[in-house]
Amino acid sequence: MAHEEHSASGEHIVSPKLYVGIFLFLMVMTALTVYAASVELHAWNPVVALVIATMKATTVILFFMHVKYSTRMTQIVILGALFFLFLLLGLTLTDYLSRAWMSYPSH
Amino acid sequence: MGQQRETATFGMWIFLITEIMFFGGMFAAYLIYRLSYYQAWVDGSQRMDITLGAINTAVLIFSSLTMAMAVHSAQTGKRNLIIIFLILTLVLGTTFLGIKAVEYHDHWKNHEVPGQYFSGLDAEGHDKGWHDVAHTSLYFALYFAMTGMHATHMIIGAGLLIWLIIATYKGKFTENYFSPVENVGLYWHFVDIVWIYLFPLLYLISKKHSG
Repeated sequence: MAHEEHSASGEHIVSPKLYVGIFLFLMVMTALTVYAASVELHAWNPVVALVIATMKATTVILFFMHVKYSTRMTQIVILGALFFLFLLLGLTLTDYLSRAWMSYPSH
Repeated sequence: MGQQRETATFGMWIFLITEIMFFGGMFAAYLIYRLSYYQAWVDGSQRMDITLGAINTAVLIFSSLTMAMAVHSAQTGKRNLIIIFLILTLVLGTTFLGIKAVEYHDHWKNHEVPGQYFSGLDAEGHDKGWHDVAHTSLYFALYFAMTGMHATHMIIGAGLLIWLIIATYKGKFTENYFSPVENVGLYWHFVDIVWIYLFPLLYLISKKHSG
Protein backbone atom coordinates (compact mmCIF):
# COMPACT_ATOMS: atom_id res chain seq x y z
CA MET A 1 0.00 0.00 0.00
CA ALA A 2 1.37 3.37 -1.00
CA HIS A 3 -0.24 5.31 1.83
CA GLU A 4 -2.63 4.66 4.70
CA GLU A 5 -6.08 6.11 4.10
CA HIS A 6 -8.54 7.01 6.81
CA SER A 7 -12.25 7.87 6.66
CA ALA A 8 -13.87 10.96 8.13
CA SER A 9 -14.49 9.07 11.40
CA GLY A 10 -10.84 8.04 11.64
CA GLU A 11 -11.38 4.48 10.43
CA HIS A 12 -8.74 2.69 8.38
CA ILE A 13 -9.75 2.31 4.73
CA VAL A 14 -8.60 -0.79 2.85
CA SER A 15 -7.66 -0.02 -0.76
CA PRO A 16 -9.82 -1.58 -3.53
CA LYS A 17 -6.60 -3.01 -4.98
CA LEU A 18 -6.04 -5.06 -1.81
CA TYR A 19 -9.71 -6.19 -1.86
CA VAL A 20 -9.31 -7.46 -5.44
CA GLY A 21 -6.07 -9.22 -4.41
CA ILE A 22 -7.89 -10.94 -1.52
CA PHE A 23 -10.70 -11.92 -3.90
CA LEU A 24 -8.23 -13.50 -6.36
CA PHE A 25 -6.50 -15.36 -3.50
CA LEU A 26 -9.88 -16.76 -2.35
CA MET A 27 -10.70 -17.88 -5.91
CA VAL A 28 -7.34 -19.65 -6.31
CA MET A 29 -7.80 -21.39 -2.95
CA THR A 30 -11.31 -22.53 -4.02
CA ALA A 31 -9.87 -24.07 -7.20
CA LEU A 32 -7.09 -25.65 -5.13
CA THR A 33 -9.50 -27.26 -2.66
CA VAL A 34 -11.59 -28.73 -5.52
CA TYR A 35 -8.39 -30.11 -7.08
CA ALA A 36 -7.05 -31.43 -3.74
CA ALA A 37 -10.26 -33.42 -3.21
CA SER A 38 -9.56 -35.41 -6.39
CA VAL A 39 -6.09 -36.47 -5.21
CA GLU A 40 -5.83 -39.50 -2.94
CA LEU A 41 -4.26 -38.30 0.31
CA HIS A 42 -6.00 -40.79 2.63
CA ALA A 43 -6.45 -39.29 6.10
CA TRP A 44 -4.90 -36.04 4.89
CA ASN A 45 -7.76 -35.16 2.49
CA PRO A 46 -10.02 -33.64 5.19
CA VAL A 47 -6.98 -32.00 6.83
CA VAL A 48 -5.98 -30.28 3.56
CA ALA A 49 -9.63 -29.24 2.94
CA LEU A 50 -9.94 -27.74 6.43
CA VAL A 51 -6.54 -25.99 6.31
CA ILE A 52 -7.52 -24.35 2.99
CA ALA A 53 -10.98 -23.40 4.34
CA THR A 54 -9.40 -21.90 7.47
CA MET A 55 -6.90 -19.90 5.39
CA LYS A 56 -9.82 -18.54 3.34
CA ALA A 57 -11.89 -17.75 6.45
CA THR A 58 -8.93 -16.02 8.14
CA THR A 59 -8.36 -13.83 5.07
CA VAL A 60 -12.04 -12.87 4.94
CA ILE A 61 -12.06 -12.02 8.68
CA LEU A 62 -8.84 -10.00 8.60
CA PHE A 63 -9.44 -7.96 5.45
CA PHE A 64 -13.08 -8.05 4.29
CA MET A 65 -14.26 -7.77 7.91
CA HIS A 66 -11.50 -5.27 8.79
CA VAL A 67 -10.44 -7.17 11.92
CA LYS A 68 -6.78 -6.51 11.11
CA TYR A 69 -7.61 -2.82 11.65
CA SER A 70 -10.16 -3.28 14.49
CA THR A 71 -9.69 -2.30 18.10
CA ARG A 72 -7.73 -4.70 20.31
CA MET A 73 -10.95 -5.26 22.28
CA THR A 74 -12.78 -6.61 19.20
CA GLN A 75 -9.82 -8.80 18.26
CA ILE A 76 -9.60 -10.35 21.73
CA VAL A 77 -13.35 -11.04 21.85
CA ILE A 78 -13.16 -12.80 18.45
CA LEU A 79 -10.21 -14.92 19.63
CA GLY A 80 -12.24 -15.74 22.75
CA ALA A 81 -15.14 -16.89 20.57
CA LEU A 82 -12.81 -19.13 18.54
CA PHE A 83 -11.56 -20.61 21.80
CA PHE A 84 -15.11 -21.49 22.87
CA LEU A 85 -15.81 -22.95 19.42
CA PHE A 86 -12.68 -25.08 19.90
CA LEU A 87 -14.01 -26.20 23.31
CA LEU A 88 -17.36 -27.14 21.75
CA LEU A 89 -15.82 -29.18 18.91
CA GLY A 90 -12.64 -30.38 20.64
CA LEU A 91 -14.08 -31.62 23.92
CA THR A 92 -17.03 -33.25 22.15
CA LEU A 93 -14.56 -35.15 19.97
CA THR A 94 -12.32 -36.23 22.86
CA ASP A 95 -15.41 -37.86 24.34
CA TYR A 96 -16.63 -39.56 21.16
CA LEU A 97 -13.21 -40.63 19.91
CA SER A 98 -12.07 -42.10 23.23
CA ARG A 99 -15.24 -44.10 23.95
CA ALA A 100 -14.10 -47.12 21.93
CA TRP A 101 -10.73 -47.24 23.69
CA MET A 102 -12.13 -48.98 26.75
CA SER A 103 -14.36 -52.01 26.73
CA TYR A 104 -17.32 -52.07 29.04
CA PRO A 105 -16.69 -54.06 32.24
CA SER A 106 -19.91 -56.06 31.72
CA HIS A 107 -18.81 -57.37 28.28
CA MET B 1 -18.74 9.54 16.05
CA GLY B 2 -15.72 7.25 16.03
CA GLN B 3 -16.61 5.76 19.37
CA GLN B 4 -20.26 5.26 18.40
CA ARG B 5 -19.16 3.49 15.23
CA GLU B 6 -16.76 1.25 17.13
CA THR B 7 -19.44 0.37 19.67
CA ALA B 8 -21.94 -0.55 16.94
CA THR B 9 -19.35 -2.76 15.21
CA PHE B 10 -18.41 -4.38 18.51
CA GLY B 11 -22.08 -5.14 19.19
CA MET B 12 -22.36 -6.69 15.72
CA TRP B 13 -19.39 -8.92 16.49
CA ILE B 14 -21.03 -10.10 19.74
CA PHE B 15 -24.09 -11.07 17.68
CA LEU B 16 -21.90 -12.84 15.11
CA ILE B 17 -20.24 -14.80 17.93
CA THR B 18 -23.65 -16.17 18.97
CA GLU B 19 -24.07 -17.12 15.30
CA ILE B 20 -20.69 -18.89 15.33
CA MET B 21 -21.80 -20.96 18.32
CA PHE B 22 -25.19 -21.65 16.68
CA PHE B 23 -23.60 -23.02 13.51
CA GLY B 24 -20.90 -24.63 15.69
CA GLY B 25 -23.52 -26.94 17.20
CA MET B 26 -24.45 -28.22 13.75
CA PHE B 27 -20.80 -28.62 12.80
CA ALA B 28 -20.29 -30.67 16.00
CA ALA B 29 -23.20 -32.96 15.07
CA TYR B 30 -21.75 -33.25 11.56
CA LEU B 31 -18.31 -34.21 12.92
CA ILE B 32 -19.57 -36.86 15.32
CA TYR B 33 -21.73 -38.59 12.73
CA ARG B 34 -19.09 -38.27 10.02
CA LEU B 35 -16.63 -40.07 12.30
CA SER B 36 -19.25 -42.69 13.20
CA TYR B 37 -20.68 -43.34 9.72
CA TYR B 38 -17.93 -42.31 7.32
CA GLN B 39 -19.09 -44.57 4.46
CA ALA B 40 -22.57 -43.02 4.55
CA TRP B 41 -20.92 -39.57 4.34
CA VAL B 42 -18.88 -40.64 1.29
CA ASP B 43 -21.99 -42.08 -0.38
CA GLY B 44 -24.04 -38.96 0.36
CA SER B 45 -21.35 -36.51 -0.77
CA GLN B 46 -21.04 -38.34 -4.09
CA ARG B 47 -24.61 -37.22 -4.87
CA MET B 48 -23.48 -33.58 -4.66
CA ASP B 49 -22.88 -31.57 -7.82
CA ILE B 50 -19.31 -30.34 -7.26
CA THR B 51 -19.47 -28.03 -10.30
CA LEU B 52 -22.57 -26.22 -9.00
CA GLY B 53 -21.08 -26.15 -5.50
CA ALA B 54 -17.82 -24.64 -6.77
CA ILE B 55 -19.69 -22.07 -8.90
CA ASN B 56 -21.75 -21.11 -5.85
CA THR B 57 -18.58 -20.75 -3.77
CA ALA B 58 -17.16 -18.40 -6.41
CA VAL B 59 -20.47 -16.46 -6.60
CA LEU B 60 -20.49 -15.99 -2.83
CA ILE B 61 -16.83 -14.91 -2.66
CA PHE B 62 -17.49 -12.44 -5.48
CA SER B 63 -20.50 -11.11 -3.54
CA SER B 64 -18.20 -10.61 -0.53
CA LEU B 65 -15.92 -8.50 -2.73
CA THR B 66 -18.84 -6.34 -3.93
CA MET B 67 -20.06 -6.03 -0.30
CA ALA B 68 -16.58 -4.94 0.81
CA MET B 69 -16.59 -2.41 -2.02
CA ALA B 70 -20.03 -1.12 -0.92
CA VAL B 71 -18.57 -0.48 2.56
CA HIS B 72 -15.52 1.14 0.95
CA SER B 73 -17.84 3.43 -1.06
CA ALA B 74 -19.64 4.34 2.18
CA GLN B 75 -16.34 5.16 3.91
CA THR B 76 -15.40 7.48 1.07
CA GLY B 77 -18.93 8.94 0.88
CA LYS B 78 -19.80 7.87 -2.68
CA ARG B 79 -23.54 7.32 -2.52
CA ASN B 80 -24.10 6.14 -6.09
CA LEU B 81 -21.32 3.59 -5.79
CA ILE B 82 -22.81 2.24 -2.53
CA ILE B 83 -26.10 1.61 -4.34
CA ILE B 84 -24.38 -0.03 -7.35
CA PHE B 85 -22.28 -2.36 -5.19
CA LEU B 86 -25.23 -3.24 -2.92
CA ILE B 87 -27.35 -4.13 -5.96
CA LEU B 88 -24.49 -6.26 -7.35
CA THR B 89 -24.23 -8.04 -3.96
CA LEU B 90 -27.99 -8.62 -3.96
CA VAL B 91 -27.91 -10.04 -7.52
CA LEU B 92 -25.03 -12.38 -6.63
CA GLY B 93 -26.75 -13.49 -3.40
CA THR B 94 -29.93 -14.24 -5.34
CA THR B 95 -27.89 -16.16 -7.94
CA PHE B 96 -26.48 -18.30 -5.12
CA LEU B 97 -29.99 -19.06 -3.85
CA GLY B 98 -31.17 -19.88 -7.38
CA ILE B 99 -28.35 -22.39 -7.91
CA LYS B 100 -29.04 -23.85 -4.45
CA ALA B 101 -32.71 -24.26 -5.43
CA VAL B 102 -31.65 -26.19 -8.58
CA GLU B 103 -29.57 -28.52 -6.39
CA TYR B 104 -32.41 -28.98 -3.87
CA HIS B 105 -34.80 -29.82 -6.72
CA ASP B 106 -32.33 -32.41 -8.00
CA HIS B 107 -32.14 -34.04 -4.55
CA TRP B 108 -35.94 -33.91 -4.28
CA LYS B 109 -36.34 -35.72 -7.64
CA ASN B 110 -33.80 -38.38 -6.69
CA HIS B 111 -35.43 -39.27 -3.34
CA GLU B 112 -32.70 -37.64 -1.27
CA VAL B 113 -34.89 -35.64 1.09
CA PRO B 114 -35.00 -37.56 4.40
CA GLY B 115 -38.42 -38.96 5.16
CA GLN B 116 -40.97 -41.29 3.65
CA TYR B 117 -39.65 -41.05 0.09
CA PHE B 118 -35.94 -41.25 0.92
CA SER B 119 -34.45 -44.09 -1.11
CA GLY B 120 -31.26 -45.68 -2.42
CA LEU B 121 -32.85 -45.61 -5.87
CA ASP B 122 -32.66 -42.48 -8.05
CA ALA B 123 -35.45 -40.87 -10.11
CA GLU B 124 -35.08 -43.52 -12.86
CA GLY B 125 -35.10 -46.35 -10.34
CA HIS B 126 -31.36 -47.08 -10.64
CA ASP B 127 -29.50 -48.17 -7.50
CA LYS B 128 -27.13 -45.45 -6.25
CA GLY B 129 -24.88 -48.08 -4.70
CA TRP B 130 -25.28 -46.78 -1.16
CA HIS B 131 -23.89 -49.05 1.56
CA ASP B 132 -26.07 -47.80 4.38
CA VAL B 133 -29.29 -46.04 3.36
CA ALA B 134 -30.41 -45.25 6.94
CA HIS B 135 -27.23 -43.38 7.82
CA THR B 136 -26.98 -41.73 4.39
CA SER B 137 -30.37 -40.28 5.34
CA LEU B 138 -28.62 -38.84 8.40
CA TYR B 139 -26.04 -37.23 6.11
CA PHE B 140 -28.81 -35.65 4.04
CA ALA B 141 -30.69 -34.52 7.17
CA LEU B 142 -27.56 -32.61 8.24
CA TYR B 143 -26.96 -31.44 4.66
CA PHE B 144 -30.42 -29.88 4.49
CA ALA B 145 -30.23 -28.52 8.05
CA MET B 146 -26.86 -26.83 7.47
CA THR B 147 -27.32 -25.58 3.89
CA GLY B 148 -30.97 -24.71 4.70
CA MET B 149 -29.96 -22.63 7.73
CA HIS B 150 -27.22 -21.05 5.61
CA ALA B 151 -29.76 -20.25 2.86
CA THR B 152 -32.11 -18.77 5.49
CA HIS B 153 -29.30 -16.45 6.52
CA MET B 154 -28.79 -15.53 2.86
CA ILE B 155 -32.50 -14.67 2.49
CA ILE B 156 -32.34 -12.49 5.63
CA GLY B 157 -29.16 -10.93 4.20
CA ALA B 158 -30.97 -10.18 0.92
CA GLY B 159 -33.74 -8.45 2.90
CA LEU B 160 -31.14 -6.36 4.76
CA LEU B 161 -29.51 -5.43 1.43
CA ILE B 162 -32.86 -4.20 0.03
CA TRP B 163 -33.35 -2.12 3.19
CA LEU B 164 -29.83 -0.66 2.80
CA ILE B 165 -30.36 0.14 -0.89
CA ILE B 166 -33.55 2.09 -0.06
CA ALA B 167 -31.90 3.86 2.91
CA THR B 168 -28.86 4.79 0.81
CA TYR B 169 -31.13 6.04 -1.98
CA LYS B 170 -32.93 8.23 0.58
CA GLY B 171 -29.54 9.65 1.57
CA LYS B 172 -29.44 8.28 5.12
CA PHE B 173 -25.72 7.54 5.01
CA THR B 174 -22.79 9.93 4.91
CA GLU B 175 -19.06 9.36 5.27
CA ASN B 176 -19.60 10.16 8.97
CA TYR B 177 -22.44 7.69 9.48
CA PHE B 178 -22.63 4.36 7.70
CA SER B 179 -22.70 1.79 10.55
CA PRO B 180 -25.67 -0.13 9.08
CA VAL B 181 -23.77 -0.64 5.79
CA GLU B 182 -20.65 -1.75 7.66
CA ASN B 183 -22.52 -4.12 10.01
CA VAL B 184 -24.66 -5.74 7.31
CA GLY B 185 -21.31 -6.17 5.53
CA LEU B 186 -19.94 -8.07 8.55
CA TYR B 187 -23.05 -10.26 8.57
CA TRP B 188 -22.70 -10.95 4.84
CA HIS B 189 -19.03 -11.93 5.16
CA PHE B 190 -19.88 -14.19 8.11
CA VAL B 191 -22.45 -16.05 6.00
CA ASP B 192 -19.75 -16.36 3.30
CA ILE B 193 -17.37 -17.93 5.85
CA VAL B 194 -19.99 -20.51 6.87
CA TRP B 195 -20.24 -21.55 3.21
CA ILE B 196 -16.42 -21.65 2.89
CA TYR B 197 -16.56 -24.52 5.44
CA LEU B 198 -19.80 -26.13 4.20
CA PHE B 199 -18.50 -26.56 0.64
CA PRO B 200 -15.49 -28.82 1.39
CA LEU B 201 -17.26 -30.61 4.29
CA LEU B 202 -20.41 -31.53 2.35
CA TYR B 203 -19.27 -31.71 -1.29
CA LEU B 204 -15.59 -32.64 -1.24
CA ILE B 205 -15.37 -35.75 0.91
CA SER B 206 -12.71 -37.54 -1.15
CA LYS B 207 -14.22 -38.96 -4.32
CA LYS B 208 -11.81 -41.88 -4.33
CA HIS B 209 -12.61 -43.15 -0.85
CA SER B 210 -14.97 -46.05 -1.16
CA GLY B 211 -14.13 -48.42 1.68
